[in-house]
Amino acid sequence: MATLAAAAPVRRETEWSVAVAGAALVVFLSAAPFVLYPVFVMKALCFALFACAFNLLIGYVGLVSFGHALYFGWASYLAAYSAKVWGLPPELAILCGTATGAVLGLIAGVVAIRRQGIYFAMITLALAQMMYLVALRAPMTGGEDGIQGVPRGRLLGVFDLNNEMTMYAFVAVVVLAAFFLIYRIINSPFGEVLKAIRENEQRAISLGYKTDDYKLVAFVLSATLAGLAGSLKALVFQLASLTDAHWTMSGEVVLMTLVGGLGTIFGPIVGAFFIVAMENYLAQVGQWVLVIQGAVFVICVLSFRRGIVGELAARLRVRL
Amino acid sequence: MRLAASLAFAAAALFGTAAQAQVNVKIGVMNDMSSLYADITGRGSVTAAKMAVEDFNPAAHGMKVEIISADHQNKPDIGANIARQWYDVDGVDVIVDVPTSSVALAITDIAREKNKVFLVSGAASSDLTGPKCSPNTVHWTYDTWMLAHGTGASLVKTGGDTWFFLTADYAFGHALERDTAAVVTAAGGKVLGTVKHPLNTQDFSSFLLQAQSSKAKIIGLANAGGDTINAIKQGAEFGITAGGQQFAGLLVFVTDVNALGLKTSQGLVLTETWYWDMNDANRVWTKRWQAEHAGKLPSMVHAGAYAETLHYLKAVAALKSAADGKAVVAQMKALPTDDSLFGKGYIRADGRKVHPAYLLQVKKPEESKYPGDVYTVRATIPAEEAFRPIKDGNCPMVTN
Amino acid sequence: MLLMFEIFGVPSQALFGQLLLGLINGSFYALLSLGLAVIFGMLNIINFSHGAQYMMGAFAAFILLRNVGIGYWPALIIVPIVVGATGVVIERLFLRRLQKLDHLYGLILTFGLALIIEGLFRNYYGSSGQPYGVPESLQGGRNLGFMFLPNYRAWVIAFSLFVCIGTWYGIERTRLGSYLRAATENPALVRAFGINVPRMVTLTYGFGVGLAGLAGVMAAPIYNVSPQMGSDIIIVVFAVVVIGGMGSIMGAIITGFALGIVEGLTKVFFPEASNTVIFMIMIIVLLIRPAGLFGRSA
Repeated sequence: MATLAAAAPVRRETEWSVAVAGAALVVFLSAAPFVLYPVFVMKALCFALFACAFNLLIGYVGLVSFGHALYFGWASYLAAYSAKVWGLPPELAILCGTATGAVLGLIAGVVAIRRQGIYFAMITLALAQMMYLVALRAPMTGGEDGIQGVPRGRLLGVFDLNNEMTMYAFVAVVVLAAFFLIYRIINSPFGEVLKAIRENEQRAISLGYKTDDYKLVAFVLSATLAGLAGSLKALVFQLASLTDAHWTMSGEVVLMTLVGGLGTIFGPIVGAFFIVAMENYLAQVGQWVLVIQGAVFVICVLSFRRGIVGELAARLRVRL
Repeated sequence: MRLAASLAFAAAALFGTAAQAQVNVKIGVMNDMSSLYADITGRGSVTAAKMAVEDFNPAAHGMKVEIISADHQNKPDIGANIARQWYDVDGVDVIVDVPTSSVALAITDIAREKNKVFLVSGAASSDLTGPKCSPNTVHWTYDTWMLAHGTGASLVKTGGDTWFFLTADYAFGHALERDTAAVVTAAGGKVLGTVKHPLNTQDFSSFLLQAQSSKAKIIGLANAGGDTINAIKQGAEFGITAGGQQFAGLLVFVTDVNALGLKTSQGLVLTETWYWDMNDANRVWTKRWQAEHAGKLPSMVHAGAYAETLHYLKAVAALKSAADGKAVVAQMKALPTDDSLFGKGYIRADGRKVHPAYLLQVKKPEESKYPGDVYTVRATIPAEEAFRPIKDGNCPMVTN
Repeated sequence: MLLMFEIFGVPSQALFGQLLLGLINGSFYALLSLGLAVIFGMLNIINFSHGAQYMMGAFAAFILLRNVGIGYWPALIIVPIVVGATGVVIERLFLRRLQKLDHLYGLILTFGLALIIEGLFRNYYGSSGQPYGVPESLQGGRNLGFMFLPNYRAWVIAFSLFVCIGTWYGIERTRLGSYLRAATENPALVRAFGINVPRMVTLTYGFGVGLAGLAGVMAAPIYNVSPQMGSDIIIVVFAVVVIGGMGSIMGAIITGFALGIVEGLTKVFFPEASNTVIFMIMIIVLLIRPAGLFGRSA
């Protein structure tokens, strides 16, 4: 089976490209809130994390999940609920949401991991759809209205997150930390096994690796980070709604990762910013949203499979 | 003497121009432009708002008015995002329309936080003038309480005293069923049964079968949009109305009736607060509106968008400023309303605009004389009775 | 006199009525999953735009009636051909290029196409839905004692069965069908025999899409003809195909009808769960029999 991600081979001497790109990202994020609308950047950051979490699975393990909205959406519900109804401070609310992502990831993973390829994708889709239908009717989620008026609170009792800049700083720090974590995972021995599984699972098994266990761990990690993204988003917008759990959200994260570059480190980040900006702009234009999104999918699959960052990395012959 | 006069004249001229400093107002029309409610709201509301601005004549009041629009795709987070950006960055003073209650509920909090104005025409939730009422929000056109009471009470009075509910299984559907059932029982009717169907159901045949066997005189459709249309269409197939039962649409718009066609929807009973063909003023307005939307019919939401924008501009003109949202809304409540579509009325302390409601019935195909001639007016519910009494709303602004 | 008894408080009459109704829904599931199964079985492509093509079929019937004055019966023939032709274009232009790649790219591409198609129709027609009536000759119904069965619904069951069995026969029992099946197993070899494999692939995709269009025409008189009618139904049909076993023609047909009946029964006993029951069954089946009920292991 031809692999999905056309990632450039690992070359130690090109790690500088990653460092440079990383530094550029930090500089950009430090300057951004003064130039762009902070809420926009925070939204893009949450989705960037979501896309990176998804990319961990598709780009490095080769598993396509069509139901990632499950972890994103339900984590955002739990974070919102715990902040609003249980009155938890923000750091605990986020922890709560992230834990939800982890637990759901474990359950879904156990069910889905045994199967490959299309079946895996279909199971994840079905699970996400079922939980969406549950969210529609469960009193806790507020159904169509969602959970509104989520308080941001004071971080660690000290930092008032209602101040837009403070909130931004918090989100940026958390997301950057998560990126760094993903980077370390990919470059660890564990990450190498994952890539081996992506390239040729049979061979990995014959070498003695319990591939199902590795896949499950990767799956849970991916779900947990998606949960973290969802929890952050709930606090940024002070709202958790059905949109976050709907299958079109699962489609969006595929789109972001595809546009940015499957299997690249910075691809999902770029993809997320691109898509969020595009949708922002399209909201003014209204009717053409669906058509344009569809067109982007088609163009990317036909002639732009490496995505923005993938193309850049290939042209410059570095690893990004 | 002449020097003093010319000095006085110069002073007066200076003062005059200072007093006539232009007031700039930016209106943002936000609704669903691409999916379920695009025909009920959509670009038609933007047209309606533009017509209101034209009729108001900003130049004559020393004002300049700009209108922008956006599609919230019925998603609360997109709507909230646009609202924040509009209020914070783009200098929008008032957001108009907003169907889909979940989005409206999110925006009403944001408008309050930023002290801007929020004029609702499309959304239905009566919570907007109840527990979530706000000094920055006005709820025009209709709400769920009015729908439930209008259709429920009037039908029971005219003989429809046994009911069976087909309810969309989510919060909105439940609320609609609960409110209508309460009205029906209070008016002396009986609810013989109810069945809950999943949202966005394609096939209603099995639920309709249950409704048919209940032999209730009225089948109440506690759902909206595609679900209502599907239920009615398939009801015609199964001969529900031929068998003597009647459908009551709890949330139906003239655009839905058009989509169904008269043959399928004839006899359907519903409540709206505005119908294009009710009087000459409405017809004239509709013709103007149709210049931009040939072949379509304006809904009551469009009419509401027009009326509330017009009234808002009058309030801003009286205050000579749009900056303080609370003050503008207070002024809107102080000024009695008067426009060609809803006539004379007023806005209550809880933000609820009151006007009469109409019990309408869809005509038979033979009765329709021209395209768009779809309703007979069965009854008029006076303004005082049409909406929930202010003391029953649990609005914090009022109970304090 | 019909047997009168009760099961869990539901009278037998209502039960039989619901079973029959379930069969009707099952007909649509069967037709749609048949198209998907043909496409996947023969081409290894997951056609996510199947729902949009079903919607195009319904709209084509509406347009034929509204703008050209052609009614239901001719539409039944014309529409599948027209919609199938669009399928041929899609295969030629897009899918052929993705043949060598992971078939999940095909899924993403067809997903994108579905968005484009739905978006275009929505822009042009709005989302309220268009009126399309039951054809004159099929109006009315007969009272079967336990329920009133509209004639049109009876026709739906009969015609779907006919199309499904005809397709199965064509693929499993005729020579053309055997070429098709051979071509999926070993295209190079079949080509060596002088058979134009790429053309067969194109026509097969077109046929599968045409089936979706046919389902659309049949749905137009009873379901709301709106741009989102496809996306509402597509995920359920995917579940049906997965349960049946991707690539098994008979599996798709039987599963489609069976699940229609199961859903119908759920609507009677536990209506709120009627839209999740198929997913739950899918999960259970996949855990026990990963290739689906009738599928052959890949």
